[in-house]
Amino acid sequence: MQFSVGDTAWVLTSTALVLFMTPGLGFFYGGMVRSKHVLAMLMQNYVVIGVVSLLWVWATYSLAFGPDVGGLGIIGGLRFAGMAHMSQPVPGFGSHLRIPPTVFAIFQMMFAVITPALITGSTADRLRFGPFVAFVILWSVIVYAPVAHWVFSPLGWLNRMGAEDFAGGTVVHIDAGAAGLALATVVGPRRGWPKQTMAPHNVPFVLLGTGILWFGWFGFNAGSALGANTLAANAFLNTNTATAAALLAWIAVEKIRNGKPTTLGAASGAVAGLVAITPSCGYVNTLGATVIGIAAGAVCAIAVSAKFRFRLDDALDVGGVHFVGGIIGAVLIGIFGTSAVGGANGLLYGGGLGLLGKQTLAVVIVAVYSFSVSWLLGKLIDKVVGLRVTEDAELEGLDTALHAETAYELGGRGSRA
Amino acid sequence: MKLVTAIVKPFKLEDVKEALKTIDVQGLTVSEVQGFGRQRGHTEVYRGAEYIVDLVPKVRLDLVVSDEDVDLVLETVEAAARTGKIGDGKVWVTAVESMVRIRTGETGPDAI
Repeated sequence: MQFSVGDTAWVLTSTALVLFMTPGLGFFYGGMVRSKHVLAMLMQNYVVIGVVSLLWVWATYSLAFGPDVGGLGIIGGLRFAGMAHMSQPVPGFGSHLRIPPTVFAIFQMMFAVITPALITGSTADRLRFGPFVAFVILWSVIVYAPVAHWVFSPLGWLNRMGAEDFAGGTVVHIDAGAAGLALATVVGPRRGWPKQTMAPHNVPFVLLGTGILWFGWFGFNAGSALGANTLAANAFLNTNTATAAALLAWIAVEKIRNGKPTTLGAASGAVAGLVAITPSCGYVNTLGATVIGIAAGAVCAIAVSAKFRFRLDDALDVGGVHFVGGIIGAVLIGIFGTSAVGGANGLLYGGGLGLLGKQTLAVVIVAVYSFSVSWLLGKLIDKVVGLRVTEDAELEGLDTALHAETAYELGGRGSRA
Repeated sequence: MKLVTAIVKPFKLEDVKEALKTIDVQGLTVSEVQGFGRQRGHTEVYRGAEYIVDLVPKVRLDLVVSDEDVDLVLETVEAAARTGKIGDGKVWVTAVESMVRIRTGETGPDAI
């Protein structure tokens, strides 16, 4: 196999960029929770890096990208478990993949890491630690690996059907968003929600986390071209264009609705744009990216209020931002997709309704699968060991109750001379 | 002896402190406090959800003065802390029964 030095260097770099997103997400979420729970939030994100990294090399990479079992496009086999047989090409990709399979495996590992980490925003401030880890392990095997196989592997059935997902609108964001909503349903609202004030304790952290996410996302999206080429450049440009548009759209909605644009709104809009352009960045042009960004910023800004109507405590709006944003991006490929950039033509470029139909079908299937299996997993763990912390632990704060630490010692023990 | 307690706007602390120095006040204690009066609080908006923040940050000054200095101290604090807008705060006086300077053991007005 002939590898490209440039392609390999870019995907290795992208891998590190994508890893950095998970700590960034920790700060994005951590700033939004109350100060007594911030370490528990960061801990969930960091432990996901530990757990999923090991799981990926020993099992889930092979389940997602290994040789298809039975030719149905449902799940890969265990041929690559423990990173065995890595000298063989990645099944289905053929000779146009000019990076070593090991590079592909570690790049995809970082996607497998951040996806369950996204779920932690829905269930913030109330999950027991051990049962959370158990959920992440089971979810990675039963939900993430098969969905990645269906969509990302060329052998997967949704991929073969022609559904497009450049960097993970369905596999990452709809998958995690639906799971977050399901798990929040199972575990119930935070004590006192929605009557009690649960304002963010550190908005600067949220903005810092957003910056890290935006930076890392170039690896996520442009890296998904799997080469250092024009496609990567288009994905990069679209990522930034949509994110900029979404940031502005979200604060425009706030200005009209509440009178003042907020920094949390700017951060949330940016993330909504990043989410929506994720599936579409390799298939749309500048017009598509701009419209997708505006749509994501404006719609998600309104969608985050829906949880109050549904009485569902999706604490940090994983549903409103990732689920809704992922759907917007994945579905709009069916309209703005253009073969001039990559993939099939959508409605606007003479492709008819075919692509729109495939995109919608893929969205519905992944959403339904992830929501229902995540709900069942949550219920199972809740029945067997209990998913939720005690009332005392929740009131005291998860930082001391679960981890024997306090984030801030302002004027306390640590600062005493 | 009297205890003068003033609740003032945080940005007025510097003015009040400087004004008290000019009338030779010997010392005071400052703490950051929160509370509400007629000013009430304000509204914050996070992702479209409104939160009423009804406790406003204020600065509290405590100083013990002799009976004859009380009026001057009150006037000084009042003048220095006033902006004329709602939320300027309050100042009140309480009688102090006894006082000791810990280092020397002096008591009463000598300890001020």
